[in-house]
Amino acid sequence: MTTGSRGTRILGVATLASLALTAWLALVVSPADVNQKDAVRLLYIHAPTAWLAMYVSFGVTTLASVLYLWPRTRSRLWDLVAGASAEVGVLFIGLTLAVGSIWGRTTWGVWWTWDARLTSTAVLFVLYLGYLAVRRIPADPLVRSRRAAIVAIAAFIDVPIVHLAVDWWRTLHQPATIFDERRLLDPKIEGTMLWTLLLSVVAFTLLYAWLLIHRVRLARLEELVEDRALEDALAERRAEGAAAGAPSVETDEHLATGGVR
Amino acid sequence: MVPPERATTEGEPALWRDAGLVAGKDLRVEARSRVATNQVVPFALLVLILFAFALDPDRGILGRAAPGLFWVTVLFSAVLAIQRSFAIEADDDARDALRLSGLDGAGIFLGKAAAVALQLLALEAVLAVGVAVLYGVSLRGGGLLILICLLATAGIAASGIVYGVVAAGLRVSDTLLPLLVLPVLAPVLLAATRASEAALATVPGDAWPWVRLLAVFATIYTVFGVVAFGPLLEEA
Repeated sequence: MTTGSRGTRILGVATLASLALTAWLALVVSPADVNQKDAVRLLYIHAPTAWLAMYVSFGVTTLASVLYLWPRTRSRLWDLVAGASAEVGVLFIGLTLAVGSIWGRTTWGVWWTWDARLTSTAVLFVLYLGYLAVRRIPADPLVRSRRAAIVAIAAFIDVPIVHLAVDWWRTLHQPATIFDERRLLDPKIEGTMLWTLLLSVVAFTLLYAWLLIHRVRLARLEELVEDRALEDALAERRAEGAAAGAPSVETDEHLATGGVR
Repeated sequence: MVPPERATTEGEPALWRDAGLVAGKDLRVEARSRVATNQVVPFALLVLILFAFALDPDRGILGRAAPGLFWVTVLFSAVLAIQRSFAIEADDDARDALRLSGLDGAGIFLGKAAAVALQLLALEAVLAVGVAVLYGVSLRGGGLLILICLLATAGIAASGIVYGVVAAGLRVSDTLLPLLVLPVLAPVLLAATRASEAALATVPGDAWPWVRLLAVFATIYTVFGVVAFGPLLEEA
Protein backbone atom coordinates (compact mmCIF):
# COMPACT_ATOMS: atom_id res chain seq x y z
CA MET A 1 0.00 0.00 0.00
CA THR A 2 1.12 3.52 -0.70
CA THR A 3 -0.02 6.99 0.15
CA GLY A 4 0.68 8.20 -3.37
CA SER A 5 -1.75 8.35 -6.25
CA ARG A 6 -1.81 9.84 -9.72
CA GLY A 7 -3.15 13.11 -8.36
CA THR A 8 -0.58 13.45 -5.61
CA ARG A 9 2.25 12.58 -7.99
CA ILE A 10 1.22 15.44 -10.28
CA LEU A 11 0.90 17.67 -7.23
CA GLY A 12 4.31 16.54 -6.04
CA VAL A 13 5.95 17.35 -9.36
CA ALA A 14 4.27 20.76 -9.40
CA THR A 15 5.47 21.37 -5.83
CA LEU A 16 9.04 20.42 -6.66
CA ALA A 17 9.05 22.52 -9.84
CA SER A 18 7.66 25.61 -8.11
CA LEU A 19 10.04 25.19 -5.17
CA ALA A 20 12.97 24.91 -7.58
CA LEU A 21 11.79 27.97 -9.49
CA THR A 22 11.38 29.84 -6.20
CA ALA A 23 14.90 28.86 -5.15
CA TRP A 24 16.31 30.06 -8.48
CA LEU A 25 14.41 33.36 -8.37
CA ALA A 26 15.20 33.89 -4.69
CA LEU A 27 18.88 33.05 -4.82
CA VAL A 28 19.89 34.17 -8.31
CA VAL A 29 17.45 36.50 -10.03
CA SER A 30 16.07 38.70 -7.26
CA PRO A 31 18.36 41.49 -6.10
CA ALA A 32 19.91 41.81 -2.65
CA ASP A 33 18.37 44.42 -0.35
CA VAL A 34 20.05 47.82 0.02
CA ASN A 35 20.16 47.59 3.80
CA GLN A 36 19.86 43.90 4.55
CA LYS A 37 22.09 42.62 1.70
CA ASP A 38 21.63 38.90 0.98
CA ALA A 39 19.84 38.24 4.26
CA VAL A 40 16.64 39.51 2.66
CA ARG A 41 16.47 36.26 0.69
CA LEU A 42 15.31 34.55 3.89
CA LEU A 43 12.05 36.39 3.31
CA TYR A 44 11.07 33.83 0.68
CA ILE A 45 10.95 31.08 3.31
CA HIS A 46 10.00 33.14 6.34
CA ALA A 47 6.91 34.88 4.98
CA PRO A 48 5.19 31.95 3.20
CA THR A 49 5.73 29.49 6.07
CA ALA A 50 4.40 32.03 8.57
CA TRP A 51 1.40 32.81 6.41
CA LEU A 52 0.58 29.16 5.74
CA ALA A 53 1.04 28.05 9.34
CA MET A 54 -1.04 30.79 10.89
CA TYR A 55 -3.83 31.29 8.42
CA VAL A 56 -4.12 28.11 6.37
CA SER A 57 -2.94 25.23 8.59
CA PHE A 58 -4.53 26.29 11.85
CA GLY A 59 -7.58 27.58 10.00
CA VAL A 60 -8.06 24.15 8.41
CA THR A 61 -7.48 22.47 11.78
CA THR A 62 -10.17 24.60 13.40
CA LEU A 63 -12.64 24.14 10.56
CA ALA A 64 -12.08 20.38 10.44
CA SER A 65 -12.48 20.18 14.24
CA VAL A 66 -15.80 22.02 14.04
CA LEU A 67 -16.95 19.72 11.24
CA TYR A 68 -15.91 16.71 13.32
CA LEU A 69 -17.86 17.91 16.36
CA TRP A 70 -20.95 18.86 14.36
CA PRO A 71 -23.11 15.74 14.46
CA ARG A 72 -24.28 16.03 10.85
CA THR A 73 -20.81 16.25 9.35
CA ARG A 74 -19.03 13.97 11.80
CA SER A 75 -16.54 11.74 10.08
CA ARG A 76 -13.18 10.20 10.98
CA LEU A 77 -11.76 12.02 7.97
CA TRP A 78 -12.24 15.47 9.56
CA ASP A 79 -10.41 14.36 12.65
CA LEU A 80 -7.49 13.09 10.59
CA VAL A 81 -7.44 16.27 8.49
CA ALA A 82 -7.40 18.42 11.64
CA GLY A 83 -4.48 16.49 13.08
CA ALA A 84 -2.51 16.38 9.83
CA SER A 85 -2.99 20.08 9.18
CA ALA A 86 -1.86 20.96 12.70
CA GLU A 87 1.24 18.82 12.29
CA VAL A 88 2.20 20.57 9.07
CA GLY A 89 1.35 23.91 10.68
CA VAL A 90 3.62 23.23 13.66
CA LEU A 91 6.39 22.20 11.26
CA PHE A 92 5.96 25.41 9.27
CA ILE A 93 5.73 27.63 12.31
CA GLY A 94 8.89 25.99 13.65
CA LEU A 95 10.54 26.84 10.33
CA THR A 96 9.23 30.41 10.58
CA LEU A 97 10.74 30.80 14.04
CA ALA A 98 14.06 29.20 13.08
CA VAL A 99 14.49 31.18 9.86
CA GLY A 100 13.25 34.35 11.55
CA SER A 101 15.79 33.84 14.32
CA ILE A 102 18.64 33.54 11.81
CA TRP A 103 17.35 36.59 9.99
CA GLY A 104 17.09 38.51 13.25
CA ARG A 105 20.70 37.66 14.09
CA THR A 106 21.93 39.12 10.80
CA THR A 107 19.77 42.25 10.71
CA TRP A 108 18.93 43.10 14.33
CA GLY A 109 22.03 41.45 15.84
CA VAL A 110 20.06 39.18 18.20
CA TRP A 111 18.64 35.69 17.86
CA TRP A 112 15.48 36.60 19.68
CA THR A 113 13.74 39.77 20.74
CA TRP A 114 10.55 40.20 22.75
CA ASP A 115 8.69 41.84 19.96
CA ALA A 116 4.93 41.41 19.62
CA ARG A 117 4.82 39.21 16.54
CA LEU A 118 7.67 36.99 17.63
CA THR A 119 6.13 36.51 21.04
CA SER A 120 2.65 35.72 19.80
CA THR A 121 4.10 33.32 17.22
CA ALA A 122 6.00 31.53 19.98
CA VAL A 123 2.83 31.27 22.08
CA LEU A 124 0.97 29.92 19.06
CA PHE A 125 3.70 27.32 18.54
CA VAL A 126 3.34 26.09 22.13
CA LEU A 127 -0.48 26.15 21.95
CA TYR A 128 -0.46 23.80 18.98
CA LEU A 129 2.26 21.62 20.49
CA GLY A 130 -0.27 21.12 23.27
CA TYR A 131 -2.90 20.18 20.69
CA LEU A 132 -0.54 17.63 19.15
CA ALA A 133 0.17 16.27 22.64
CA VAL A 134 -3.58 15.69 23.11
CA ARG A 135 -3.65 13.77 19.84
CA ARG A 136 -0.96 11.45 21.23
CA ILE A 137 -2.62 10.64 24.56
CA PRO A 138 -3.10 6.95 25.25
CA ALA A 139 -6.88 6.74 25.22
CA ASP A 140 -9.81 5.45 23.24
CA PRO A 141 -9.57 7.00 19.72
CA LEU A 142 -13.09 8.43 19.88
CA VAL A 143 -12.47 10.08 23.26
CA ARG A 144 -9.15 11.40 22.03
CA SER A 145 -10.60 12.83 18.83
CA ARG A 146 -13.41 14.59 20.63
CA ARG A 147 -11.07 16.13 23.21
CA ALA A 148 -8.54 17.11 20.55
CA ALA A 149 -11.26 18.88 18.57
CA ILE A 150 -12.33 20.85 21.66
CA VAL A 151 -8.71 21.78 22.37
CA ALA A 152 -8.24 22.94 18.76
CA ILE A 153 -11.26 25.24 18.98
CA ALA A 154 -10.30 26.54 22.44
CA ALA A 155 -6.78 27.26 21.18
CA PHE A 156 -8.12 29.06 18.14
CA ILE A 157 -10.27 31.44 20.21
CA ASP A 158 -7.21 32.21 22.28
CA VAL A 159 -5.18 33.33 19.26
CA PRO A 160 -6.74 36.80 18.79
CA ILE A 161 -6.56 37.44 22.55
CA VAL A 162 -2.89 36.49 22.65
CA HIS A 163 -2.29 38.64 19.62
CA LEU A 164 -4.00 41.68 21.12
CA ALA A 165 -2.36 41.30 24.53
CA VAL A 166 1.11 40.90 23.13
CA ASP A 167 0.55 43.71 20.64
CA TRP A 168 -0.29 46.14 23.45
CA TRP A 169 2.67 44.86 25.34
CA ARG A 170 5.26 45.83 22.75
CA THR A 171 5.90 46.26 19.06
CA LEU A 172 9.17 46.43 17.16
CA HIS A 173 8.70 44.09 14.20
CA GLN A 174 8.08 45.82 10.89
CA PRO A 175 4.39 45.79 9.98
CA ALA A 176 3.17 43.34 7.36
CA THR A 177 4.41 44.36 3.95
CA ILE A 178 1.94 42.78 1.56
CA PHE A 179 -0.97 41.40 3.53
CA ASP A 180 -1.77 44.80 4.96
CA GLU A 181 -4.90 45.87 3.11
CA ARG A 182 -3.93 49.55 3.11
CA ARG A 183 -0.88 48.72 1.08
CA LEU A 184 -2.31 45.87 -0.92
CA LEU A 185 -2.58 47.97 -4.06
CA ASP A 186 0.76 49.65 -3.56
CA PRO A 187 3.23 47.22 -2.06
CA LYS A 188 6.50 48.79 -0.90
CA ILE A 189 8.62 46.12 -2.46
CA GLU A 190 10.57 45.88 -5.67
CA GLY A 191 9.01 44.04 -8.64
CA THR A 192 11.19 40.93 -8.89
CA MET A 193 11.13 40.50 -5.17
CA LEU A 194 7.36 40.75 -5.12
CA TRP A 195 6.98 38.09 -7.80
CA THR A 196 9.45 35.82 -6.07
CA LEU A 197 7.56 36.24 -2.83
CA LEU A 198 4.21 35.50 -4.46
CA LEU A 199 5.65 32.44 -6.18
CA SER A 200 7.11 31.24 -2.90
CA VAL A 201 3.66 31.47 -1.33
CA VAL A 202 2.27 29.35 -4.17
CA ALA A 203 5.11 26.84 -3.85
CA PHE A 204 4.68 26.45 -0.10
CA THR A 205 0.91 26.19 -0.47
CA LEU A 206 1.41 23.30 -2.88
CA LEU A 207 3.87 21.75 -0.45
CA TYR A 208 1.32 22.14 2.32
CA ALA A 209 -1.38 20.43 0.24
CA TRP A 210 0.98 17.59 -0.71
CA LEU A 211 2.10 17.03 2.88
CA LEU A 212 -1.48 17.23 4.16
CA ILE A 213 -2.84 14.65 1.74
CA HIS A 214 -0.02 12.21 2.44
CA ARG A 215 -0.29 12.70 6.17
CA VAL A 216 -4.05 12.06 6.15
CA ARG A 217 -3.59 8.90 4.08
CA LEU A 218 -0.79 7.75 6.35
CA ALA A 219 -3.01 8.30 9.39
CA ARG A 220 -5.71 6.20 7.71
CA LEU A 221 -3.23 3.40 7.13
CA GLU A 222 -2.02 3.64 10.73
CA GLU A 223 -5.58 3.13 11.92
CA LEU A 224 -6.00 0.16 9.59
CA VAL A 225 -2.81 -1.38 10.95
CA GLU A 226 -4.05 -0.91 14.51
CA ASP A 227 -7.36 -2.55 13.67
CA ARG A 228 -5.58 -5.36 11.86
CA ALA A 229 -3.27 -5.96 14.81
CA LEU A 230 -6.26 -6.16 17.13
CA GLU A 231 -8.03 -8.62 14.84
CA ASP A 232 -4.90 -10.75 14.58
CA ALA A 233 -4.50 -10.79 18.34
CA LEU A 234 -8.12 -11.84 18.73
CA ALA A 235 -7.75 -14.56 16.13
CA GLU A 236 -4.67 -15.84 17.90
CA ARG A 237 -6.47 -15.97 21.23
CA ARG A 238 -9.37 -17.77 19.60
CA ALA A 239 -7.02 -20.34 18.09
CA GLU A 240 -5.44 -20.87 21.50
CA GLY A 241 -8.87 -21.30 23.00
CA ALA A 242 -9.88 -23.81 20.34
CA ALA A 243 -6.66 -25.79 20.83
CA ALA A 244 -7.22 -25.97 24.57
CA GLY A 245 -10.87 -26.79 24.05
CA ALA A 246 -11.94 -23.84 26.13
CA PRO A 247 -15.59 -22.86 25.89
CA SER A 248 -14.89 -19.14 25.65
CA VAL A 249 -15.04 -18.93 21.85
CA GLU A 250 -18.41 -17.26 21.85
CA THR A 251 -17.26 -14.46 24.15
CA ASP A 252 -14.24 -13.88 21.94
CA GLU A 253 -16.49 -13.72 18.90
CA HIS A 254 -18.53 -11.11 20.66
CA LEU A 255 -15.38 -9.15 21.49
CA ALA A 256 -14.13 -9.33 17.92
CA THR A 257 -17.25 -7.68 16.54
CA GLY A 258 -18.08 -5.43 19.46
CA GLY A 259 -14.60 -4.32 20.39
CA VAL A 260 -13.24 -3.29 17.01
CA ARG A 261 -16.12 -1.30 15.69
CA MET B 1 -25.35 15.71 53.45
CA VAL B 2 -28.50 17.73 52.96
CA PRO B 3 -30.58 16.36 50.09
CA PRO B 4 -31.07 18.91 47.29
CA GLU B 5 -34.55 20.38 47.06
CA ARG B 6 -36.08 18.79 44.01
CA ALA B 7 -38.87 20.03 41.74
CA THR B 8 -38.44 23.63 42.75
CA THR B 9 -37.55 25.11 39.41
CA GLU B 10 -36.85 24.52 35.78
CA GLY B 11 -34.69 26.28 33.20
CA GLU B 12 -32.31 28.96 34.34
CA PRO B 13 -32.69 28.72 38.11
CA ALA B 14 -31.94 24.98 37.85
CA LEU B 15 -28.60 25.86 36.26
CA TRP B 16 -27.65 28.06 39.19
CA ARG B 17 -28.93 25.52 41.69
CA ASP B 18 -26.81 22.81 40.02
CA ALA B 19 -23.80 25.12 40.01
CA GLY B 20 -24.32 25.87 43.68
CA LEU B 21 -24.61 22.17 44.52
CA VAL B 22 -21.40 21.26 42.69
CA ALA B 23 -19.48 24.23 44.09
CA GLY B 24 -20.72 23.39 47.58
CA LYS B 25 -19.69 19.77 47.16
CA ASP B 26 -16.18 20.69 45.94
CA LEU B 27 -15.67 23.20 48.72
CA ARG B 28 -16.95 20.73 51.29
CA VAL B 29 -14.50 18.10 50.03
CA GLU B 30 -11.76 20.73 50.31
CA ALA B 31 -12.84 21.78 53.79
CA ARG B 32 -12.56 18.16 54.94
CA SER B 33 -9.40 17.14 53.10
CA ARG B 34 -7.53 20.45 53.49
CA VAL B 35 -5.38 19.83 50.43
CA ALA B 36 -5.48 23.46 49.30
CA THR B 37 -4.68 24.86 52.72
CA ASN B 38 -2.07 22.25 53.64
CA GLN B 39 -0.37 21.86 50.27
CA VAL B 40 -1.24 24.48 47.65
CA VAL B 41 -0.92 27.57 49.86
CA PRO B 42 2.42 26.49 51.37
CA PHE B 43 3.62 25.67 47.85
CA ALA B 44 2.70 29.17 46.66
CA LEU B 45 4.53 30.76 49.60
CA LEU B 46 7.51 28.55 48.89
CA VAL B 47 7.59 29.83 45.29
CA LEU B 48 7.67 33.40 46.61
CA ILE B 49 10.72 32.48 48.70
CA LEU B 50 12.36 30.68 45.76
CA PHE B 51 11.99 33.83 43.66
CA ALA B 52 13.87 35.72 46.35
CA PHE B 53 16.74 33.20 46.08
CA ALA B 54 16.77 33.44 42.28
CA LEU B 55 16.55 37.26 42.14
CA ASP B 56 18.84 38.94 44.61
CA PRO B 57 16.64 40.80 47.16
CA ASP B 58 19.21 43.57 47.60
CA ARG B 59 19.08 44.83 44.04
CA GLY B 60 15.45 45.87 44.18
CA ILE B 61 14.42 43.48 41.43
CA LEU B 62 11.91 41.71 43.66
CA GLY B 63 9.96 44.88 44.42
CA ARG B 64 9.81 45.93 40.77
CA ALA B 65 8.95 42.45 39.51
CA ALA B 66 6.46 41.75 42.33
CA PRO B 67 3.25 41.89 40.22
CA GLY B 68 4.69 39.49 37.65
CA LEU B 69 6.04 37.11 40.28
CA PHE B 70 2.70 37.23 42.09
CA TRP B 71 0.76 36.23 38.98
CA VAL B 72 3.23 33.54 37.92
CA THR B 73 2.84 32.03 41.38
CA VAL B 74 -0.94 32.22 41.04
CA LEU B 75 -0.78 30.43 37.67
CA PHE B 76 1.35 27.57 39.02
CA SER B 77 -0.92 27.22 42.03
CA ALA B 78 -3.95 27.31 39.75
CA VAL B 79 -2.62 24.29 37.85
CA LEU B 80 -2.46 22.40 41.15
CA ALA B 81 -5.95 23.53 42.15
CA ILE B 82 -7.39 22.43 38.81
CA GLN B 83 -5.68 19.06 39.00
CA ARG B 84 -7.08 18.65 42.49
CA SER B 85 -10.55 19.62 41.29
CA PHE B 86 -10.53 16.65 38.90
CA ALA B 87 -8.60 14.30 41.17
CA ILE B 88 -11.55 14.34 43.58
CA GLU B 89 -13.79 13.20 40.73
CA ALA B 90 -11.45 10.35 39.83
CA ASP B 91 -11.62 8.72 43.28
CA ASP B 92 -14.29 6.05 43.76
CA ASP B 93 -15.65 6.75 40.26
CA ALA B 94 -17.19 9.98 41.51
CA ARG B 95 -17.14 11.13 37.91
CA ASP B 96 -19.69 8.52 36.94
CA ALA B 97 -21.85 9.55 39.87
CA LEU B 98 -21.63 13.14 38.71
CA ARG B 99 -22.63 12.14 35.20
CA LEU B 100 -25.56 10.06 36.42
CA SER B 101 -26.70 12.74 38.86
CA GLY B 102 -28.86 14.41 36.24
CA LEU B 103 -27.22 17.75 36.92
CA ASP B 104 -26.88 20.11 34.00
CA GLY B 105 -23.43 19.97 32.33
CA ALA B 106 -23.23 23.75 32.23
CA GLY B 107 -24.16 23.85 35.92
CA ILE B 108 -21.39 21.38 36.77
CA PHE B 109 -18.92 23.52 34.83
CA LEU B 110 -19.96 26.72 36.59
CA GLY B 111 -19.92 25.00 39.96
CA LYS B 112 -16.45 23.54 39.56
CA ALA B 113 -15.10 26.81 38.14
CA ALA B 114 -16.63 28.76 41.03
CA ALA B 115 -15.11 26.40 43.60
CA VAL B 116 -11.64 26.73 42.04
CA ALA B 117 -12.08 30.50 41.73
CA LEU B 118 -12.99 30.85 45.41
CA GLN B 119 -9.97 28.80 46.46
CA LEU B 120 -7.71 30.86 44.21
CA LEU B 121 -9.09 34.13 45.57
CA ALA B 122 -8.31 33.00 49.10
CA LEU B 123 -4.84 31.99 47.95
CA GLU B 124 -4.34 35.40 46.29
CA ALA B 125 -5.23 37.15 49.54
CA VAL B 126 -2.54 35.16 51.37
CA LEU B 127 -0.05 35.72 48.54
CA ALA B 128 -0.73 39.47 48.49
CA VAL B 129 0.21 39.63 52.17
CA GLY B 130 3.27 37.52 51.38
CA VAL B 131 4.36 39.84 48.58
CA ALA B 132 3.79 42.90 50.76
CA VAL B 133 5.84 41.45 53.62
CA LEU B 134 8.58 39.57 51.76
CA TYR B 135 9.12 41.90 48.79
CA GLY B 136 8.42 45.17 50.59
CA VAL B 137 5.57 46.21 48.30
CA SER B 138 2.94 48.57 49.67
CA LEU B 139 -0.47 47.56 48.37
CA ARG B 140 -1.91 50.79 46.99
CA GLY B 141 -4.92 51.05 44.69
CA GLY B 142 -6.83 48.42 46.68
CA GLY B 143 -10.18 48.55 44.90
CA LEU B 144 -8.65 48.22 41.45
CA LEU B 145 -6.39 45.39 42.63
CA ILE B 146 -9.42 43.49 43.94
CA LEU B 147 -11.21 43.97 40.61
CA ILE B 148 -8.15 42.70 38.72
CA CYS B 149 -7.95 39.65 40.99
CA LEU B 150 -11.65 38.87 40.52
CA LEU B 151 -11.55 39.09 36.71
CA ALA B 152 -8.22 37.30 36.27
CA THR B 153 -9.31 34.53 38.64
CA ALA B 154 -12.59 34.08 36.79
CA GLY B 155 -10.67 33.67 33.52
CA ILE B 156 -8.12 31.28 35.04
CA ALA B 157 -10.81 29.14 36.65
CA ALA B 158 -13.06 28.99 33.56
CA SER B 159 -10.33 28.08 31.08
CA GLY B 160 -8.66 25.84 33.65
CA ILE B 161 -11.80 23.76 34.17
CA VAL B 162 -12.26 23.43 30.39
CA TYR B 163 -8.73 22.05 30.02
CA GLY B 164 -9.03 20.12 33.26
CA VAL B 165 -11.87 18.04 31.84
CA VAL B 166 -9.92 17.53 28.62
CA ALA B 167 -7.02 16.08 30.59
CA ALA B 168 -9.20 14.32 33.18
CA GLY B 169 -9.14 10.57 33.56
CA LEU B 170 -5.97 10.10 31.51
CA ARG B 171 -2.79 8.47 32.74
CA VAL B 172 -0.83 11.49 31.46
CA SER B 173 -3.17 14.17 32.81
CA ASP B 174 -0.67 15.55 35.36
CA THR B 175 1.87 16.42 32.71
CA LEU B 176 -0.62 17.31 29.99
CA LEU B 177 -2.61 19.93 31.90
CA PRO B 178 0.19 22.52 32.39
CA LEU B 179 1.20 22.24 28.74
CA LEU B 180 -2.38 22.89 27.66
CA VAL B 181 -3.45 25.54 30.10
CA LEU B 182 -0.37 27.74 30.59
CA PRO B 183 -0.03 28.97 26.97
CA VAL B 184 -3.74 29.72 26.91
CA LEU B 185 -3.33 31.76 30.09
CA ALA B 186 -0.43 33.79 28.64
CA PRO B 187 -2.71 36.79 27.90
CA VAL B 188 -4.12 36.62 31.44
CA LEU B 189 -0.62 36.71 32.90
CA LEU B 190 0.30 39.66 30.71
CA ALA B 191 -2.88 41.62 31.36
CA ALA B 192 -3.05 40.92 35.10
CA THR B 193 0.61 41.83 35.56
CA ARG B 194 0.43 45.09 33.62
CA ALA B 195 -2.84 46.08 35.27
CA SER B 196 -1.47 45.31 38.75
CA GLU B 197 1.66 47.34 38.00
CA ALA B 198 -0.49 50.29 36.98
CA ALA B 199 -2.68 49.90 40.06
CA LEU B 200 0.32 49.71 42.40
CA ALA B 201 1.84 52.78 40.78
CA THR B 202 -1.58 54.43 41.22
CA VAL B 203 -2.07 55.22 37.55
CA PRO B 204 -5.44 53.48 37.07
CA GLY B 205 -5.78 54.98 33.58
CA ASP B 206 -3.13 52.58 32.29
CA ALA B 207 -4.86 49.63 33.89
CA TRP B 208 -8.28 49.88 32.24
CA PRO B 209 -7.46 48.40 28.80
CA TRP B 210 -5.92 45.39 30.57
CA VAL B 211 -8.89 45.07 32.92
CA ARG B 212 -11.18 45.01 29.90
CA LEU B 213 -9.02 42.32 28.30
CA LEU B 214 -9.29 40.23 31.47
CA ALA B 215 -13.08 40.66 31.42
CA VAL B 216 -13.27 39.60 27.76
CA PHE B 217 -11.09 36.54 28.42
CA ALA B 218 -13.19 35.47 31.39
CA THR B 219 -16.43 35.92 29.44
CA ILE B 220 -15.25 34.02 26.37
CA TYR B 221 -13.98 31.00 28.28
CA THR B 222 -17.01 30.91 30.58
CA VAL B 223 -19.32 30.82 27.56
CA PHE B 224 -17.12 28.22 25.86
CA GLY B 225 -17.13 26.08 28.99
CA VAL B 226 -20.91 26.31 29.40
CA VAL B 227 -21.35 25.12 25.80
CA ALA B 228 -18.61 22.48 25.62
CA PHE B 229 -18.55 21.00 29.11
CA GLY B 230 -21.64 18.81 28.89
CA PRO B 231 -20.50 16.81 25.85
CA LEU B 232 -16.94 16.51 27.23
CA LEU B 233 -18.15 15.12 30.52
CA GLU B 234 -20.51 12.69 28.79
CA GLU B 235 -18.02 10.79 26.71
CA ALA B 236 -15.07 10.23 28.99
